[in-house]
Amino acid sequence: MKKIRFSEIGGFTPGYLLVLGITGLLAVLGLGAALYMEHSGHWVTGMNNEIVWGTPHVFAVFLIVAASGALNVASISSVFQKTMYKPLARLSGLLAIALLAGGLIVLVLDLGHPDRLIVAMTYYNFKSIFAWNIYLYIGFFAVVIFYLMTMMERKMNGYTRAAGTAAFIWRLALTTGTGSIFGFIVARQAYDAAIYAPMFIIMSFSFGLAIFILMLMTIYHGTDRELGDRILFRLKNLLGVFVAAVLMFVTIYFLTNLYATEHHGIAGFILASDHIYTKLFWLVQIIFGSIAPLAILYNPVTGTSRVWIGIASTLVILGGLAQIYVIIIGGQAFPLVLFPGMEVSSSFADGIVASYSPSLPEVLLGTGGIGVALIIVALAVKVLRFIPQSLADADVDPHYSAD
Amino acid sequence: MSEKEQVNLTRRKLIGGTAAAMAGLTIAPGIILVETSQARGKDEAVTDAVRWGILINTNNCTSDCTGCVDACQNENGWGAGSTDETHSAPNQKAQWIRKVKVTDKETGYAKTLPMMCQHCENPPCVDVCPTGASFKRVDGIVLVDKHICIGCRYCMMACPYKARSFIHETLTDQRSYAPRGQGTVESCTMCVHRVDDGKDPACVEACSSSFNSAMIFGDLNDPSSEISKELQRHGGERIRADLRLNPGVRYQGIYG
Repeated sequence: MKKIRFSEIGGFTPGYLLVLGITGLLAVLGLGAALYMEHSGHWVTGMNNEIVWGTPHVFAVFLIVAASGALNVASISSVFQKTMYKPLARLSGLLAIALLAGGLIVLVLDLGHPDRLIVAMTYYNFKSIFAWNIYLYIGFFAVVIFYLMTMMERKMNGYTRAAGTAAFIWRLALTTGTGSIFGFIVARQAYDAAIYAPMFIIMSFSFGLAIFILMLMTIYHGTDRELGDRILFRLKNLLGVFVAAVLMFVTIYFLTNLYATEHHGIAGFILASDHIYTKLFWLVQIIFGSIAPLAILYNPVTGTSRVWIGIASTLVILGGLAQIYVIIIGGQAFPLVLFPGMEVSSSFADGIVASYSPSLPEVLLGTGGIGVALIIVALAVKVLRFIPQSLADADVDPHYSAD
Repeated sequence: MSEKEQVNLTRRKLIGGTAAAMAGLTIAPGIILVETSQARGKDEAVTDAVRWGILINTNNCTSDCTGCVDACQNENGWGAGSTDETHSAPNQKAQWIRKVKVTDKETGYAKTLPMMCQHCENPPCVDVCPTGASFKRVDGIVLVDKHICIGCRYCMMACPYKARSFIHETLTDQRSYAPRGQGTVESCTMCVHRVDDGKDPACVEACSSSFNSAMIFGDLNDPSSEISKELQRHGGERIRADLRLNPGVRYQGIYG
């Protein structure tokens, strides 16, 4: 294996400027939507006193979950000593930070009082998983930035494995914390399940890697650098394993709910109702977001086509967004069970499925988070040496020999 | 001692005494050395010797009566008791208290009851609040500190009773004793301002003065209180008792 050389991406090509323009526009629109929501109040959104977390939270949670997953490639290199992944570790760390920043911005800007962010930083209720997450998020930035420094500063290279291990453990804690936001809610039928923590971890593996693959292909295509099949095919095979693992966790979650009579209501609501959540679950999450990517990635023809690998990764991302939509919005839409076994009705929609329609400001705020994440990546690879000059097979695979 | 010396001595005593008194009063900021009244002041800490609760006899609660809801709205300035929330959709408007109809599907046995913050002993809203804005007073009343609520709505996700509301727009028509603010979460305060003045919550007062008289307010810790005696005689149900939150609001007759 040759020595890997990293370099900034050069020149302000039309393609690069277009990326900056689109991501910048998304970010500005997101900021505008947030200002509009804060100025008017949340009545301009589709969120209400029953669906209290809406589309912004779907994007925010997706980005935060994907952030920890994006770090996996670096972990495979530093913690599990797979040298083939070493050239990808810097981009992996950068993407992790960028996605987390994008997700957190959405989360903060949706608060009823984003101006009180300093309150969230100074008043802590240590029984709240939210409060723990504030530490986990801030700590993640610190740990991953230090990890990147150990990779990019020659004098600090000796600390890379230790820093990578710390970052790996931290990311597991972070996703456990994010999953537990839902796992710890005793009130609602869809939540209150310990499986949320490990399921969110495996979801992060899948979403983060799908984004990483797309990012890698885009950067290498856009900068005319060589990306070899060996590394790409390894990554896409890994993505297939993660997608299958998410399916397994989803299956266990629903099997548990289908077994316990108490949970038949919520299981039926998601799996077999007339509501949007059933369509999102089966069509987007399962068929297009899980089964189709698996078929594409493991089919000998499509699995070796870059276009198809790109399509499969995109489908995994869309399926992931649908999955989080079903978890967050579907979980709230199902009526609270105040009197088990009894029928309830009231002036405040007790006993009936809560209604929710995403509004434009919510969607723009959510996509604004994606814009922020992408703009961070686009600027960082421009000014710092994150990207190997070549990922050709001969450069990355120690066992490579030209046939 | 000449008359002049006596005057000087008196003046010295007066000045010295006044100085000592002033020093005593200002010995430390915030410490009051002289009580002017024996009544418990509003700035005096509440005590856990009491646990306030409400008992609702659903046998006396009629489906066409909304007296408790109306009284709460008028007292605390929300819903029909306020000119605010004109932009918000119905499911975005505040719901501090609502009437719920509960029907046994098999037998058709039906009851109506008021549902509000249940003032849990172990409130999930307090557990999940990241800043501690959701808090429980030692006398059992669960409140929101509007100054440090960041509007994350996690408490609304965590409340099993759908008892909390988020304020979706700017408000102007508010009661001085029931402050509300855009971007924060609110719920039934058990009329803490009235309770601290020795009065019953507005809903209980309205219900008691009506023909139904379905609600009793009192100290659950005091075995001789009316609410405790009634619970001893006829028992009471906790909604979602399986969650072991031990609400301060109890019901009778829901399940017949």
